[in-house]
Amino acid sequence: MSLPYDPERLANPSCPLPEEPDRVTLAHGAGAGASARLFEQLLWPRFENAALAARHDGACLELGAERLALTTDTFVVSPLAFPGGDIGSLAVHGTLNDLAMCGARPLALSCALVLEEGLPFETLERVLDSLAGAARRAGVPVVTGDTKVVERGKGDGLFVNTTGVGRIPAGRELAPRRVRPGDAVLVSGSLGAHGAAVLSAREGLGFESEITSDSAPLTDLVETLLEAVPETRCLRDPTRGGLGAVLHEIAAAAGAELELEEERLPVSGPVRAACELLGLDPLFLACEGRCVAFVPAAASDRALAALRGHPLGGDAVCIGTVNPGRARVVVHTALGARRLLPLPAGEPLPRIC
Amino acid sequence: MCLAVPGRVESVEESQGLRLARVDFGGVRKQICLETLPDAAPGDWVLVHAGFALQKLDEGAAANALEIFESVDSGESGG
Amino acid sequence: MSLVDAFRDPVAVRELAAAVRARATRPWTLMEVCGGQTHTILESGLDQLLGERVSLLHGPGCPVCVTPLATLDRALALAARPEVVLCSFGDMLRVPGSRGDLLTARARGADVRVVYSPLDAARLAEREPGRRVVFLAVGFETTAPAVAAAARWARTRGLANFHLLVSHVRVPPALEAVLAAPGCRVQAFLAAGHVCTVMGTAEYEPLVRRHRIPIVVTGFEPLDILEGVARAVAQLERGESRVEIQYRRAVRREGNPAARALVHEVFESADRPWRGIGVLPDGGLRLRPAYADLDAERAFPDLTAPAAEEPLACRAADVLRGALRPPACPEFGRTCTPEHPLGAPMVSAEGACAAYFSYRPAAPLEEHA
Repeated sequence: MSLPYDPERLANPSCPLPEEPDRVTLAHGAGAGASARLFEQLLWPRFENAALAARHDGACLELGAERLALTTDTFVVSPLAFPGGDIGSLAVHGTLNDLAMCGARPLALSCALVLEEGLPFETLERVLDSLAGAARRAGVPVVTGDTKVVERGKGDGLFVNTTGVGRIPAGRELAPRRVRPGDAVLVSGSLGAHGAAVLSAREGLGFESEITSDSAPLTDLVETLLEAVPETRCLRDPTRGGLGAVLHEIAAAAGAELELEEERLPVSGPVRAACELLGLDPLFLACEGRCVAFVPAAASDRALAALRGHPLGGDAVCIGTVNPGRARVVVHTALGARRLLPLPAGEPLPRIC
Repeated sequence: MCLAVPGRVESVEESQGLRLARVDFGGVRKQICLETLPDAAPGDWVLVHAGFALQKLDEGAAANALEIFESVDSGESGG
Repeated sequence: MSLVDAFRDPVAVRELAAAVRARATRPWTLMEVCGGQTHTILESGLDQLLGERVSLLHGPGCPVCVTPLATLDRALALAARPEVVLCSFGDMLRVPGSRGDLLTARARGADVRVVYSPLDAARLAEREPGRRVVFLAVGFETTAPAVAAAARWARTRGLANFHLLVSHVRVPPALEAVLAAPGCRVQAFLAAGHVCTVMGTAEYEPLVRRHRIPIVVTGFEPLDILEGVARAVAQLERGESRVEIQYRRAVRREGNPAARALVHEVFESADRPWRGIGVLPDGGLRLRPAYADLDAERAFPDLTAPAAEEPLACRAADVLRGALRPPACPEFGRTCTPEHPLGAPMVSAEGACAAYFSYRPAAPLEEHA
């Protein structure tokens, strides 16, 4: 993985300060730099295999003549409910979207619950209604599951894991390694709404707004896009870590420079206002119903037309291009300068400076 | 340093011994403390930092920046 | 948001930059004081628009960067106590102390909470009478009024469980220190706009008289900074030295009297160590005797923190004085990165080192002569 800095040097034990953390911190779950290092250093060496090597949202497996996609995701959002959704609907949409990013048509979901002792049944039932409703509307059955209870104080009320399996039509090959210099980078809609919605509901940082989570299943939107543009190279949904984190992953996996046009990045007024207020960057706030698409330049207009014709893709826009050169993400600013897009170390923290 | 953002005061109230305002930052509203700017009133634009209003903003103060070199030559000062 | 967007207009920025390039007939070295201004400059590439003659040095205006190691260590020691809730602005969570930072302390079980406003910490103290809430009070004169208001409110509510670990700093002594450093090349300052929103401009007049250097109180958007540069260059070209306000929409000569009165009621000037620079006379604020019971250092007298030692390799002092551009530091990007910072200017979002690391793809290695 080609990063702006050398991970080997960072793990150098002779570095005087600070101490290398000897335990997991929240930064490791934030989807950005520390998460990447957790994967590279702890997980990858133990599980090396071809499917994992693709470093995509889901694993693509051969089953005789067919290809299956398998993906899993665990949802730990706090608070459990936020404007526009809750952990239940999020858990369904998130996994369906990872399947969709592989170009797979979903077959079934599993659902595992970790419940904290003392969780009110009323809360649990609301979440389950939401989860079941989202699965039903998407037409995907929840076919198996598990439930565990942990002692009070050992969980944020409720954690949900969903695993999804889907069938990839023959001829579909979506992967970061297919991305080429010259390709266009598209996004299906405005950024950071989910992250901002969750923050607005969080005690202490709370604010009132019309911002609602963009949590939605992208299966249908993706089918529409792939039908119009079968030569699409790669799809990715920017969840934790936002668009910025996803672009860093793809740049590294594809070994290419991604250049963003700052003026074209779609961010709604209220999300921008929330970010200004708390000192956050909308590029690193989570989305849960958006998709980034890499398509050949010649197909860009066709792809945008397909996306914009779908209810979930009305604000689709081309935000940048793939360039030859070092794997990194750069921004072409409104003032005409070029600068790196930094990858934050961990979760975005509100600041006063 | 000192991230401070402009917002418009929508309403003012006294609560728990504090002068507070509901401020609109462009689609996002938050309760801000006016103990640092007690005479702020609904309709005012204020600069907000760490949950407190720092100053009223003078919306009319944005002049053409290019006039700087002319204005200095003519002896006018901005301070 | 028109009040902000107007000051980011690319056309106006380019025109003004061209005017600055044309107006400068000799080399001029300016220093922007505030970390937020440094951040804007590097993020927008403004320094690349100024031409050969006008150059910018980055100043020490990052309160996160200059918070002493001992203060961080005290915060960590407090956070480790089970009865304490350590509240802090988000900026401080990743700043390295002698052993780890507040984020890793949280991972070890400490109750560390991010707040947006110091008032949130005081309200928390009222809601949780069984815990002792300590707020890590960092920041310049911009932030001191908010902390003072929270302190006064806690007093009127009779809260015995709310404390402040005070590390506020004042800008004017830092400018004196920059000017007094041997080899100082600064010919004009772009002063910190939000500090002056509170404090006004009167305390910069003695500096201008003594050192005969222009001080332009400047805002934070690209057009603000460019206009600040333009005003400073205009003064330099004319051989003038006075205090001038660029950030007219927020700064008045008298500042905000109500906010200053709050600060005056709760705090008084005190000598204070600036991390990386040293003790600056009157360089900070401390609680007045009438508010001494809010002082965390008095409320927790048995607080032991390890002897604070900075890593030898960290050259924050030179960076904060504008004597060293971060990419020229041998540790930059090697042992020192935002994920593994050796010192505070690399971890703070407004620190010069972090700004260079984040935004400059491959800054050439240059020692600022």
